[in-house]
This record gives sequence, C-alpha cells and structure tokens, in this order.
Amino acid sequence: MAVIVKHNLILRVVAKFIIPLIFLFALYVQFHGDFGPGGGFQAGVIFSAAIILYALVFGADKAKRVITPYVLRLLASLGVLIYAGTGVATIVLGGNFLEYGVLASSQVAGQHLGILVIELGVGITVMSVMLIIFFAFAERGQAVLSSNAESEQE
Amino acid sequence: MIDNIVDITLLSFLVILALAIIRMRSLFAVVMLFSGFSFLSAGLFVVMDAADVAFTEAAVGAGISSVLMLATLALTYSSKNADKEEKPTTHKPWLPLSVVVITGALLIYGTYDLPSFGDPEAPSQLHVAPYYLENSMPETGVPNVVTAVLASYRGFDTLGEVTVIFTAGIAVLLLIGGRRRVKPNVKKNGGDREA
Amino acid sequence: MDMILGHYNYWMVIIIMMAGFYTVISRGNLVKKIVGLNIFQVSVFLLYISIGNVKGGATPIIEKGVDLYSNPLPHVLILTAIVVGVATTALGLALVVRIKEAYGTIEEDDIHNQDQSL
Repeated sequence: MAVIVKHNLILRVVAKFIIPLIFLFALYVQFHGDFGPGGGFQAGVIFSAAIILYALVFGADKAKRVITPYVLRLLASLGVLIYAGTGVATIVLGGNFLEYGVLASSQVAGQHLGILVIELGVGITVMSVMLIIFFAFAERGQAVLSSNAESEQE
Repeated sequence: MIDNIVDITLLSFLVILALAIIRMRSLFAVVMLFSGFSFLSAGLFVVMDAADVAFTEAAVGAGISSVLMLATLALTYSSKNADKEEKPTTHKPWLPLSVVVITGALLIYGTYDLPSFGDPEAPSQLHVAPYYLENSMPETGVPNVVTAVLASYRGFDTLGEVTVIFTAGIAVLLLIGGRRRVKPNVKKNGGDREA
Repeated sequence: MDMILGHYNYWMVIIIMMAGFYTVISRGNLVKKIVGLNIFQVSVFLLYISIGNVKGGATPIIEKGVDLYSNPLPHVLILTAIVVGVATTALGLALVVRIKEAYGTIEEDDIHNQDQSL
C-alpha cells in the first residue's frame, strides 16, 4: 500500500483529471439523492474513493496532508452528531424523535429539510470512517515496510 | 423475456465466478475475481430494479472492499511472494462438502414454498410496500421512495446503522491504528504472542 | 417451465450461498475465508432483492404515468446492509493483520499447531 507509483506519468495525469470529477459526482449523488438513485451512503463511499485514488497514486502521506487523521476522527463523530442532533432538535421543537415535520412551516417542507440534513450526516460519517479504515491499513503497511527494511540492513 | 435471459446469464456468471474463487489458489486472483463478482452482482441488481442497491454495491463491493483486501494481502505476504498463494489444505474435503450439500438441498427444498420470482401477488408485496409507494410522495415530497423510507419512515433504523459504521471505524483504529513497529528479531521466530 | 423460471433465481442464489459457505468452512487461509464470507453476504443480498422484485415493475422512484413499482423495502434494508457489511469486513481484515503480526502466518493449521505447542 505504501508503495508510491513514482514514474507513472499517465496514471498521475489521469488521476489529477478524474479526481475533481469524482468529487463533483459525489456531491451530485449526495444532494440529488431525493430525486434519483443515491443518498448519503453512496455519496460517502464515492467521496472516500476519490481520496483513496489520490492516496494510491500520490502516496498516503500526501493524502493525509489534504485531510488529516485528526480531522477525519472529528468528522466521523460529527456525522453521527448531526443525525442524532436532528432527532433531539425535533424533540425540542415539540415533535417526536426524528419527526421532521416540525422542522419547517409545513409537513412536506420539514420532511424535505430533515431528510437532507440527516443524509448529510450519513455521508460525512461514511466518508470519514472509510478513510479512517483505509489510512489505518496504509499506515500499518508503512510500519511493516520500514521494519522489513531495517531487518534487511542488519 | 429479455429480462429473464439477462437475469439467467448474470446469475450463471456469478455461480461460475464463485466456483472459480473456491478453486483458485492465488489470493491476488481471488480478490480480483471477488471484485468482478461484486460488479456483476451490481449489474444483476439493476436488472432487478434496485438502482440504489446496485449503486452502493458497485462503489462498496467492487471498490472499497477490494482495496482493503489488497491492503491486507500487502500486509500479510512479503513482496517477494508475488502470487500470494494459500497453502493447500491438509483436510479431506468430504466433511465440509457433505455439510454444504445437505444444507443446500434443504434450502432448495424450502424454496418450493416461496412465491415465484416477480409475482406481484406475493405476500411481501402486499403489506407495507403499497403504503410507502402511495404515501411517500404526499407525506415527504421525496420521489425516491428508497430515500424516503431510509431517512424518514425508518430513520431510527438508519441512525443505528450509522452508529454501527462509526463503531466499526473505532474498532479498526483500536486494532491497527497507531504506528506499532513489528520487531524484526521477534518476527523471525514466529512472532510475539503478547501483541 | 413456470416452476423453473419462477424459482431459478432462488436456486442460483442458494448455490452461490453454498459456495461461500464452503469457502468459509473448508479453507484454512483467513483472507480466503473473508472472501467466502463476502460471497455468502452478496448471495443474501441477491435473495432479498429477488423477493422484492415485481415483474414489469419499475425502479421505486415515483414518476407520473408509472403505477407498478418494485418493493422498496428490501432495497432499503440491503442498502444499509452493504455499507455495514464493508465496515465489518474491514474489522475482520484488521483482525487478520493482527493475527499475522502475532503468529507470523494466516493459515489456520499453522496457527493451530503453534497454539498446541505452547
């Protein structure tokens, strides 16, 4: 995993070209999930796939400078917090837990808003958990590789 | 008719791939075949009108799962072992084979009571599903019924799922987070048990 | 013929399921076991989606002029199951990595031998 593709020009150019498009597509899937196929789960996975592609082509260290592990851990909990917080907000506004109707003036508008917000929470959590898992594996790989290198030097 | 042909072809491919995965010794090939297996099953989901599921399966099964399995292979086999072959098993295959055949035969016997594939009058089609299909548009204003059920009618359920994913992330961090170095001298004689 | 066409899906799903089951119980390699577990999982997804399918139905996205849709409920259940499935797969793979670090092998027989020689 930690092996960085150094001389693969085509891979680098194509990855640079395609990664913004993947981000754009992930955002489309996230916010168009009400009308077409898609939603938070898919968008989160696609978003993380773009960053994983970046990490595979340019190395995990560079990817970690884009989005640091600390931020990822914050985001993972933030997503769950947004979801559960929406539920608490509906209780405070006088409804039941996750009864979105009370969030806006009308039932349908409230439902729409609620679904959008919790899908965002789902997307953030899925994205950051997938990246946390990937980076955990990549980091292990680096540790093992460096210890192998040491044992070869001995 | 064309639906049936596509359906049968894709399912046959899936069975062939599954059998190839059993027979294949090289783990690298196994993981790549599994990736193809996921992708084909995503195609089958599209044929069976489950666009959202197909979407997720293509992104998750063929993408992330395979990357994670390859990462594990890179961590567990040295780079000199290019094929990453598994060891041949020492057991005779008869006991597991007979367990599998008996279980499979019982399950196939069980399918005779199931309503036939695509039957609109099947019990599973008559209970909650019509309610969702009729009321999700007036009640939530979301045309995609899957999203409406996922986020609104069964929002509590989805909260649980998100928590499960979050917990799995924490568990992976606990298991292999942090940069613990494998001590080279311990590795040669089989590894340290305390770790 | 109707019987075959109406149950073909279930039978194939069961064959795939048993292929996954066989891989899990007969192979000693832990990565291969996890691949088998994933095959088993995909077959369960296929079974659910097959049950939710309605002949001539459309994808459950409401549109004017369409009145027959497939059952959305299995889709919802499986959608979340897939994502939870990959999270648990990752957990299993993490355990495999730890086992490799502790025992130096991921073959079940070797691990068993090491445990017995303690």
